[in-house]
Amino acid sequence: MIAFLRNTWRGLTSMRTALVLLFLLALAALPGALVPQRSLNSTKVDEYIADHGWWGELLGRLEFYNVYGSVWFSAVYLLLFISLVGCLLPRTLEYAKSLRGKPVLTPRNLSRLPHHHESAVSATPEQVMARAKRRLKGWRLEEREEENGARSISAERGYLREAGNLVFHFAMLGLIVGLAVGKMFNYEGQVIVLANGSQFCNVGTLGYDSFRPGLRVDGTDLNPFCVKVDDFRANYLPNGQADYFHADISYQSGADLESNTWRPYQLEVNSPLRTAGDRVYLLSHGYAPTFTVTFPDGQQRTHTTQWRPVNQITYLSEGATKFDPPGVTDPAERRKRQLAITGLFAPTAVLNGKLLDSGFPDLRDPAVAIDVMKGDLGNDSGRGQSIYEVSKDMVDSGRLKRVARENLRPGEDITLDDGTNIKFDGVQRWVYLQVSHDPAQGWVLGFAVLVVFGLGTSLVIKRRRLWVRAVPAKDGDGTVLLLGGLARTDQAGYGEEFGRVTDDLLAELTPADERVGAPAGRDSES
Amino acid sequence: MDINQTLSGYSDWCYGIAVGAYVVAMLMYLYEQAFGYRDRTAAKRELVGVGVGAGGDTLLPEPPEDEPAGRAGRAERIGKMAVALTTFGALLHVSSLALRALATSRAPWGNMYEFGATLCLVAVLTWLVVLRKFPVRHLGVWVLLPVIALMFLGGVLLYTTAAPVQPALQSYWLVIHVFAIALGSGMVLVPGVVSVLYLLKVRKPEWSGRLPAAEVLDQVAYRTTVFAFPIYTAGVIFGAVWAEQSWGRFWGWDPKETVAFIAWVVYAAYLHSRATAGWRGGRAAAINIVGFAAMIFNLFFINLVTTGLHSYAGV
Repeated sequence: MIAFLRNTWRGLTSMRTALVLLFLLALAALPGALVPQRSLNSTKVDEYIADHGWWGELLGRLEFYNVYGSVWFSAVYLLLFISLVGCLLPRTLEYAKSLRGKPVLTPRNLSRLPHHHESAVSATPEQVMARAKRRLKGWRLEEREEENGARSISAERGYLREAGNLVFHFAMLGLIVGLAVGKMFNYEGQVIVLANGSQFCNVGTLGYDSFRPGLRVDGTDLNPFCVKVDDFRANYLPNGQADYFHADISYQSGADLESNTWRPYQLEVNSPLRTAGDRVYLLSHGYAPTFTVTFPDGQQRTHTTQWRPVNQITYLSEGATKFDPPGVTDPAERRKRQLAITGLFAPTAVLNGKLLDSGFPDLRDPAVAIDVMKGDLGNDSGRGQSIYEVSKDMVDSGRLKRVARENLRPGEDITLDDGTNIKFDGVQRWVYLQVSHDPAQGWVLGFAVLVVFGLGTSLVIKRRRLWVRAVPAKDGDGTVLLLGGLARTDQAGYGEEFGRVTDDLLAELTPADERVGAPAGRDSES
Repeated sequence: MDINQTLSGYSDWCYGIAVGAYVVAMLMYLYEQAFGYRDRTAAKRELVGVGVGAGGDTLLPEPPEDEPAGRAGRAERIGKMAVALTTFGALLHVSSLALRALATSRAPWGNMYEFGATLCLVAVLTWLVVLRKFPVRHLGVWVLLPVIALMFLGGVLLYTTAAPVQPALQSYWLVIHVFAIALGSGMVLVPGVVSVLYLLKVRKPEWSGRLPAAEVLDQVAYRTTVFAFPIYTAGVIFGAVWAEQSWGRFWGWDPKETVAFIAWVVYAAYLHSRATAGWRGGRAAAINIVGFAAMIFNLFFINLVTTGLHSYAGV
């Protein structure tokens, strides 16, 4: 049993397994790029399932629409995580040991190493050793006495390579932990706010149009702050391409909430507001037409409701502005006289006959093409409904009927048969804001920086060894100098350094008469 | 932000002439590949040199006995001219991007055409640097071929008139993130191509007598990848920082992010494979090719076929 566990552990932590797991990770991540994902676009997932029949449903059951939360993806990265830990711990211990250890003994035969050199010089072995030590400053050195009066130095350098390697891998672990912590405590909410001084406060999930909490967030303890959208400005190039979007907002958080102090901020696409540990982003914008309904009894109601863009380039928008008849208390009676103004809005009207389209995203010549619907909006049916549409069920069942169709410009109005007057007053803009909170993202960034530095260090620095041996010449005069070099990981490029060390060393020493080998290290191999 | 049409026109001319120069250079490399020295003495000597310290100078090969020295010598000269012409093309290529930057008053990598041009420039410059370190000049044809193909595709299908970028791209992160990614992905074109040649050399030696030794190819691939990988890693992280600023989260498995992650994992696997017994050589080369394929997939398929946050103005 223990043997089994040990073998499993060894297998899991071997490099080969890590390699296979890396491949599996790449493979498991791939469907997320090819198949629509719930977290990114839920409507697309539904369309995909509808288009692909049983295959689409099978993919759904196998969690292909939620790849990064799926059992199999989690299994791969958890195994990789364990494998990484199992690989890192022994390596860290080994590294700590090697930091305290001494460079290895000088090999007997240096000429068998990939880099080597041999010269006869006139200095004594002691002098040669002294020179070599001076040249090898910065290397970890160990001088040893050998038999027959020979002396040698073992030098080793580039310990930082393994340090970088370990930093990289530990930073990867930290990054994954940071991600996981973020997924626990983050939240993200979106809300539409009219850019007419309306405000939004981060007090609870109900304030949002949509809200996605982390696993440990229930929405009761959000960081308190308020945002007031004073104005929204967009500028477009003549071809309709957006030039800039600016939302002029005011915000208050912390002590400002008590003193009711508003601080101004210009919210832009690449410039979120960072306050109270949260971030506020400008995601998009749109138009909200204002309608005033004057009921036959003279009472007036004015509503400004956001309509949604159906064309992201021309900002042709659609929506439904809904009215309850004032002063009607009987629900049955009210359900006969509810009104909805639904249709299209164009910031720059282009009319094909009576058909409204938009020619430009900016407010050059706004107009609406509306259907006025009267009857039961279905608000009391207990079913939720879109704020952009009237209930199709009510229309189909004849309980909501069209009573007028008209194209209106700002200031124009129509009067229905029953005397109700509907006026298109004008249009306001809305902004779509996102509030994000992730307490761990600073940590993730810190680990990411460590990842890059660790990686750079481990790939640039080479662990290499160099040995110098000084043997007294046979005739008793001078020294035979032997050098050997070995890069422990990647040989490429070490030759140049070895050549430089050899050259520098020989430059300081007078060659003996009977020379062995070439004078300069650079040419030692040619 | 006015667009200077004159400068943008000059930029297009430079682009076109650069492609032309690359095509001619490629043909000249091809001549050297076909008629140069069959026995690559230089390659063998340099391999030792790389290991030992030849100081990086490319040694001139000595013509073997059985080869007519005249023809091989001419191929040698043509090869050198090809390098000069590649350098000339790269200068025009740089000018093309610089003129675009001047014409639009922004970093010249705001759409797919410009990004492709930057990526190809990086690949060519990487190749010119590799040439100074390794005796692989006659392989220029295999590097220029994909570069020319990408530039042709970019210039014909993906060409975008010089224009300002939309608000989402108006950030200094456009300069940092996109440039780092272009650097990383442009550099790995060279090891991608060289790894294909490596596999050819190892699996079909009878077809590849004129290729350098497998060890040289492996070294070129490894050292270029090792240089590109941290830059690419930094590029992805810069992207995450920008995403936090622009989209509200630093990582959201957007298709582009996903495939960038996959490519990163594959290159990480490549580095590990070279330290794993039984995976060095052919398998490592195959992984490198997969990594480059993931990069290309990310550039074309993800931008043109899927829709994600990285799709700007269609491309």
